[in-house]
Amino acid sequence: MTADQKISASSLTAGAAVKPDEDAFKNDPTATLEGVRGKDVTKAAKQLLRESAKRGGGSIQMQDVVKIYPGSTKRALDDFNLDIKPGEMVVLLGGSGCGKSTALRSLAGLEDIQGGRIMVGGQDVTGVPVNKREMAMVFQAYSLFPHMTALENVAFGLEVRGVGKEERRKVAMEQLELVGLADQAKKYTQQMSGGQQQRVALARALAIKPRVLLLDEPLSALDAKVRVQLRDEIRRIQLNTGTTTVFVTHDQEEALAVADRIGVMNKGKIEQIAAPQDLYQRPATEYVATFIGLTNRLPGASNGEEAVVFGQRLPLLPGSTKGDAVAVLVRPENLTLTLPSQHDSHVGERARVEVIHFLGSLVRVDTVITSGEYQRWNKGEQLKVTVQLPASELPAGLAVGDDVVVTPRAVAALAC
Amino acid sequence: MTAAIAQNGPAAAKAAGPSATSSTLARHRQELGTLAVTLPFFAYTACFLLAPTVIVVLGAFQTRDGGFTLANFSKLFEANTVSAFVTSIVVSIASSVIGAVVGGLASYALVIGAKPNGLMRRMVSAISSVLAQFGGVMLAFAFIATIGINGIGTMFIKQVTGLTVNPNWLSSLPGLVTVYCYFQIPLMIIIFLPAVDSIRPQWREACESLGGNTVQYWTRVALPILAPRFISAFLLLFASAFSAYATAAALFSQRSILVPLMIQGAMRNEMDPNQQGFAQVLAFAMIVVVAIVMLLSHAVEKRAGRWQ
Amino acid sequence: MNETNATNATVEAVADETVGTKPPQLRAARVRKQSIIKFVILLVTLGFLFIPLFSMLIFTLRHPLSGRWSLAPWVAIFTGNGESLGADLTVLWQGLGTSLALCVVTVVIMLLLMVPTMVIVHIRSKALERAIEWVATLPLTIPAIVLVVGLGPIYRWLSADVLSTNPIWLCFAYVILVMPFAFRAIAVGLNSIDVKTLVEASRSLGASWPKVFFRVIIPNLWQSILSASFISIAVVLGEYTVASLLGRMNLQVALYQLGQSNSQISTAMSLLALLFGVVLLVALDLISDAMRKSKEGK
Repeated sequence: MTADQKISASSLTAGAAVKPDEDAFKNDPTATLEGVRGKDVTKAAKQLLRESAKRGGGSIQMQDVVKIYPGSTKRALDDFNLDIKPGEMVVLLGGSGCGKSTALRSLAGLEDIQGGRIMVGGQDVTGVPVNKREMAMVFQAYSLFPHMTALENVAFGLEVRGVGKEERRKVAMEQLELVGLADQAKKYTQQMSGGQQQRVALARALAIKPRVLLLDEPLSALDAKVRVQLRDEIRRIQLNTGTTTVFVTHDQEEALAVADRIGVMNKGKIEQIAAPQDLYQRPATEYVATFIGLTNRLPGASNGEEAVVFGQRLPLLPGSTKGDAVAVLVRPENLTLTLPSQHDSHVGERARVEVIHFLGSLVRVDTVITSGEYQRWNKGEQLKVTVQLPASELPAGLAVGDDVVVTPRAVAALAC
Repeated sequence: MTAAIAQNGPAAAKAAGPSATSSTLARHRQELGTLAVTLPFFAYTACFLLAPTVIVVLGAFQTRDGGFTLANFSKLFEANTVSAFVTSIVVSIASSVIGAVVGGLASYALVIGAKPNGLMRRMVSAISSVLAQFGGVMLAFAFIATIGINGIGTMFIKQVTGLTVNPNWLSSLPGLVTVYCYFQIPLMIIIFLPAVDSIRPQWREACESLGGNTVQYWTRVALPILAPRFISAFLLLFASAFSAYATAAALFSQRSILVPLMIQGAMRNEMDPNQQGFAQVLAFAMIVVVAIVMLLSHAVEKRAGRWQ
Repeated sequence: MNETNATNATVEAVADETVGTKPPQLRAARVRKQSIIKFVILLVTLGFLFIPLFSMLIFTLRHPLSGRWSLAPWVAIFTGNGESLGADLTVLWQGLGTSLALCVVTVVIMLLLMVPTMVIVHIRSKALERAIEWVATLPLTIPAIVLVVGLGPIYRWLSADVLSTNPIWLCFAYVILVMPFAFRAIAVGLNSIDVKTLVEASRSLGASWPKVFFRVIIPNLWQSILSASFISIAVVLGEYTVASLLGRMNLQVALYQLGQSNSQISTAMSLLALLFGVVLLVALDLISDAMRKSKEGK
C-alpha cells in the first residue's frame, strides 16, 4: 500500500484532522475536517500520520464485527463498529456480558471473529495472528511471568524480537522508571503488591512500543485507593507516549476520569460513543442515561423538541420521542428544591423529603411526590425524585418529612 | 513456637482470665496438652519407623558378636552387587524418564483447554491413583497375560506378523522398564496434574500479545515454569522405581539382578556367616541413594520457591 | 419447539450470510490442532494402561494351553470352589480375609494416630506440624524393602514374646506404609478450612474440646478422612513386600502362591482387586463432587 492510499483511507474513515495545536486536537475528538480544503487536507493528513507514527499511535477501525462463541447462538458482538483516532484513549464501558472484553480480545486477535473486519493504522489485520499485530495487552491480573524478575518481564517482548541483551535491559529499565518501579527491578513479581504488578504489566506492554495499547479491566482487582492512583498514572503515561489506547472497564467513574471518548456498550453494540461530558449531558439513549450517573425518570409531555415536566418547559435532546405521556430523564442536579412557603412560581410539584445525604459540599435529597396523580403513571408505585444541590442552597432547617416543591431546570434532557 | 501460641490470643486469654500468672500457667498447660496429644504419634513412629531404621543402620556396622566394623561394606563393592546397583539405577532412570515424559504429556492433555472438573479428567485421575499403587504380583500377572509365553499380545503378534516374542523378554531390561512404566505413568499423572493446573491461560495470551510465537512460549515461559516441579516429580518417580520390590520379585523368582531382590536373598541367608550384615548394608545403601534423591528434589523445589 | 426451530434457522442464516466473507479462524484452527494432539496423547497413554488389563480379562476367559473359552475361573471364585480347575482356593480365602481385616485395622489405627495429632498441631504449633510432616512422609525415603530388614527382628520378638504370628499384626507395619498418603490427604483437608477460626469460634461459644473435635472439626474434615482411608485400603490390598518377607499370608502372597499352580484364577482375582480399587476411588470422587455441588447449592 502506498503512502497516498494510506492517507486517503485514514482521512476518509477516521475523519482525521489536525489543528496547529496537537493537544487541542487530542482533547477535542469532535474536531472535523470542515474548513480545511484541497491541498490542506493532504498536508494535514500527512502531518497527522507522521505524528501518530512517531508517537506510536495507530488508528483503529472495527467494522461490522460479529463474534459468536463456539457452542452459543448469541452474538457476543453484533455488527460492532468502532473508530479510533491515533493517540486517542477510548474506554469501552458496560455491564458484565455486554461484550466489551470480547471486543478488546477480538481487536487483539485473541478471539476469532465470524464477520466484519479490523483495521489498524489503515492495515487490515483481520487475518493477522496475535503475535504479529504489534499490540500489547494488560490483563486484569496474573499475567506476569512468575519465574522472571520485574526487569525480565518488561524485557520479554524485546527478547522475543531478538533485541540484544544490553539494549533490552536499557529499554526495560526506562520503562520501569516510567512507572516508578526502577528500585524493584530485581524482585520476582509474586513478591510485589497488586498495584506494583499491574505497573510492571503496563511497563511490559509499553516496552515493545505497541501500535495500540489494550487494557482489559487492569484495575478491577486492586484496592480502591491504588485504583485511583494507578488510573491517573495510566492516563499520564498514555498522554506522554501518545499510544492509541483501548481501555475496558465496568466502572463508570474510572471511565469518566481517563477517557478521551467513552463507548457505552450494550448487547454487543456500542450504544453511544462520545466525550465523557457529552455522554453525561447529552445521552443518546435511555440505557446510556441510566448507566452513567444518577437520573430521574419524570413524567412529561413531549413534542420532540420540547417537553413539559411538572409544568416546566425544557428543551429536548436529539433522539427524544414524542407523546403525551413520556418519561423525561432529568439529572438530580438539574432539579431545584424550594420550601412551599418560599415558592413563588406556578411550576413545580409538591414532594415530601425522605432522606437527606450530606456529601460534603453537595447535598442529595431523596423525595417522594405527594400527589397520587403520578402513581398510576409509575405503575402504581410512588414516584421518587432525587435532587442534588450545593449545600449552601439547601433551605435552612430542612428535615425529613418536610414538604418541598421540586422543579426541573430548563436544561436539555432526553425523553423516551 | 511461642509466637504461634501467643497468636492464639483471644481464646487463650478468655479461657485463662485476666491475671498474667494464670495465663502463663494456661499456656504451659496448653503446651503440655499439645505434647500429650502428639505423644502416641511419636511413640508409634519411634517403634515402627525409627527403630527398624536404627536396626538397619546399626546392623550395617556390626560384627557377628555386636562389635563395630566396616568390613560388612566390602561386599558392597563385589562385582555382582555393583552390577545390581547399576541395573537398579538404570531401570529406575529409564522408567522414570519415560514415565515423567509420557505422564507429563498426559497431564497436559488432560488440563489444557478442558474444563477444570471435566469427567474425563476426574476418571483418569481416579484410575491413575489406583494404577500408581498397582505394583507387585498383580502387575506381573497383567504383563504375563499380555506378553508372557501364553500372553494375549504374544499370540496376537504371532498371528498377525508371524514373529515369536522372546519368552524371556519380560525379564530383560527393556521388559522390566516397560513393566515399571505401568505404575510410573499414572504416578506422574497424579503428581504432575496440579503443576499443569497452575499454568495460567493469561501467560500464553500475554506472551502472544507481546509478539512471542508458540515455540517461544514453550521454551521461555511454560517449560521454565514447569521445570522445577517436573524435575522433582521425576526424582520422586526414580525413588519409587528404585524401591520397588514386589513386581520384580514376582517376575524373577530366582535371579537377584536388582538391589531389592538382592536384599531378599541376603535376608533368606541371614544365618550364613558369610552374609553377616549384608542385608543391612544393602538396605543402608538404598537409604543413602533414596535420601540423596529426596534431598535433590527438596533443593530443586527450594530453588523454585524463590519465585513461587 | 417452533421457537427453537426459528432460532436455528436464524443461526443458519447468519452462518450463510457470513460464510462468503468469513475472516480466517486462526484461534479455532489452533484449538483443533491442539485437540488432535491431546487426543493422540491420551489415546496412546490410555491404550498402554488398558491393554494389559484387557489382556488379563481375555486370559481369564481363554485357557492358555487348550485355547478353550470358559468362565470357569470366575465361576470358581464366585462359588468358592476351585475343584473343577484342580485348584485349592483355601489359601486365597485365607489371604483375602486377612487383607480385608488388615484394611480395617490399619485404617482405624491410622485415623486414631493421625487425625487428632494433625489437628492439634495445625492449631497450636507450626514447628511441631513441620516435624510431623517430616516424620509422616519419611516412609517415602525408607523403602518398604529396607523397612522390612529392620522390622524382621522386631517382628521376631513380637511374635515370640508378646503377640502371636497371626498376620493381623502386620497392621503395625502397614500403618507406617500408608502414613505419607494419609498425611497428604488429611493435610489437604486441614489447609482448605480455617480450623483455627472454627475452633476459636466454637470455644468462645462454650464448647468443650471433645465437642469441638467431634462436632465441628470432624464433619468439616470427613471428605479428606474418607480419601485417606480409601488410599490406605488400596495400599494395604496391594501390599506384598512386607508380608512375603516376614513370612505372613495376605491377599498378594496368596495370589502369588496360587499363580504358581493356577494362573487363571489368580489373574481373575487380581482383576477383581483392581476393580475394587477403581470403584472405591471413583466412588470417592463422585461423593466429593456431589458434596461440593450440594454445598454450592446451599
